[in-house]
Amino acid sequence: VSLRSKVAIVGAAEADWPRGHGRSPLGLAAQAASRAVTDAGLTLADVDGVFTTSAYHGFPGLSLCEYLGLAPRHLDTTAMGGCSFISHLGHAAAAIATGQCEVALVAYGSTQRSDGGKLVSLSEKLAFEEPYGLIHPVGAFGMIAHRHMATYGTTSAQLASLAVSARAWAGLNPRAPYRDPLTVADVLSSRTITTPLHKFDCCLVTDGGGAVVLTSAERARDLPQTPVYVRGAGETVNHRNVLDMPDLTTTRAGEAAGRALAMADVALADIDTAHVYDAFTISLLILLEDLGFCAKGEGGEYAASGAVAPGGSLALNPSGGGLSYCHPGMLGIFLILDAVEQLRGNAGDRQVDGATTSLVHGMGLTLAAHASAVLSTEV
Amino acid sequence: MTTTSKPRPTPRGEEAAYFDAAREHRLVFQRCQSCKATANYVRAICPTCGSTDVGIEDSAGRGTVHAFTTQLLPGGPGFADDVPYTLVLVDLDESFRVLADLVDADHDQVRVGTRVEVLFDDVDEELTLPRFRQVKEAS
Repeated sequence: VSLRSKVAIVGAAEADWPRGHGRSPLGLAAQAASRAVTDAGLTLADVDGVFTTSAYHGFPGLSLCEYLGLAPRHLDTTAMGGCSFISHLGHAAAAIATGQCEVALVAYGSTQRSDGGKLVSLSEKLAFEEPYGLIHPVGAFGMIAHRHMATYGTTSAQLASLAVSARAWAGLNPRAPYRDPLTVADVLSSRTITTPLHKFDCCLVTDGGGAVVLTSAERARDLPQTPVYVRGAGETVNHRNVLDMPDLTTTRAGEAAGRALAMADVALADIDTAHVYDAFTISLLILLEDLGFCAKGEGGEYAASGAVAPGGSLALNPSGGGLSYCHPGMLGIFLILDAVEQLRGNAGDRQVDGATTSLVHGMGLTLAAHASAVLSTEV
Repeated sequence: MTTTSKPRPTPRGEEAAYFDAAREHRLVFQRCQSCKATANYVRAICPTCGSTDVGIEDSAGRGTVHAFTTQLLPGGPGFADDVPYTLVLVDLDESFRVLADLVDADHDQVRVGTRVEVLFDDVDEELTLPRFRQVKEAS
């Protein structure tokens, strides 16, 4: 049984997250959820499946349902870090296709910025790593970057070019908080956080909330928005702790994305926009290689060529992504929203003309978890 | 004394074998008695073949830096006086990996492939931590 295009995203929305917005993590999720169901032409009372995870709530499904006054018949709190919400798309497709729910809400909220800019996390540490003071996750990404540099000759300037490209996209996004152009020299002269990574190699730390609503393809056709079909989905686990990461320069991202593309019967070359988790320049570079946008080891040259900047060969994270638009602890829901905006043709100056098919790929933790979805306006 | 505010591991069950050995200044690793594969940390099963017949062996404590990073920010308040400090993933010669810090590190000299050896830091009576230092190879 294929889940291809059995369900569609019919509602999508972001919470407002200017400084001093005055909302809790659940408040941000609730605002986004309320807007998303309205966007879908539905009400919260129609929601009978809830999908969420959180860095604040140990029992996030219960917390969100209580807050919203929901008693869904299907609840899924799959926790894979930042990519969880992309995983939730595939899980929601399965749940709806098998009659376990009819209207699925995927929602997230975080006050990461208001909490002082430090990563809020319920995540436990491995006893064998905990005593040594590795900062999660940037310390591990410093190690990963050094390994990639030593193995493939990747340079700091090449990594920096990914932050430069992201900022160029953000310059086209009136909602982006930082829109002035960034140069490679700006990145390299920003303070070092952990070698070899600079401040601008790291994502923004923002508040934020986002939600999408999904239902069956049949019902979607009677709703106001252009249905964005979940045409393919895939996920996998790479590791949990960087100590046990099998290969610091290569992940199973391509396996997850390969399953999603195969389900969708779409070739990578036929993707109109790509939305790939960019918590750090190095993590994005490795994902671009592992997804097949360039060969393993050639990510540095690919990035420096401007391939992922506006006007390049790949429309990547046109919102500006986690590096230059929004990154409230977990990015996954925003990658989905970025794709939906493109597929509905609502992306303003960032719009890729005629975009019909997008690849969304998220990672969780230190490239540890992977979830992919092919979203399309064509079944 | 910042040492007391650093996080202490809470080993449970089979995890204690590693820290018990460290207190005796031994670095140990897991080897599957069935398929002979090593594991990067001790657990109750072999992640390579699934056998639960796993054993513990002593390492000679020498290896090479697989990856490293020098943090300019502390990984918690207990590390504030330590920055910058270098963390390493070490490939031990017996084919398992350890994450620890590099003491007395010459931060500009550390490379992927640098030879290192374990040392044991008796933090207090209950806790000894394996750490690493660069090997001064006789040329």
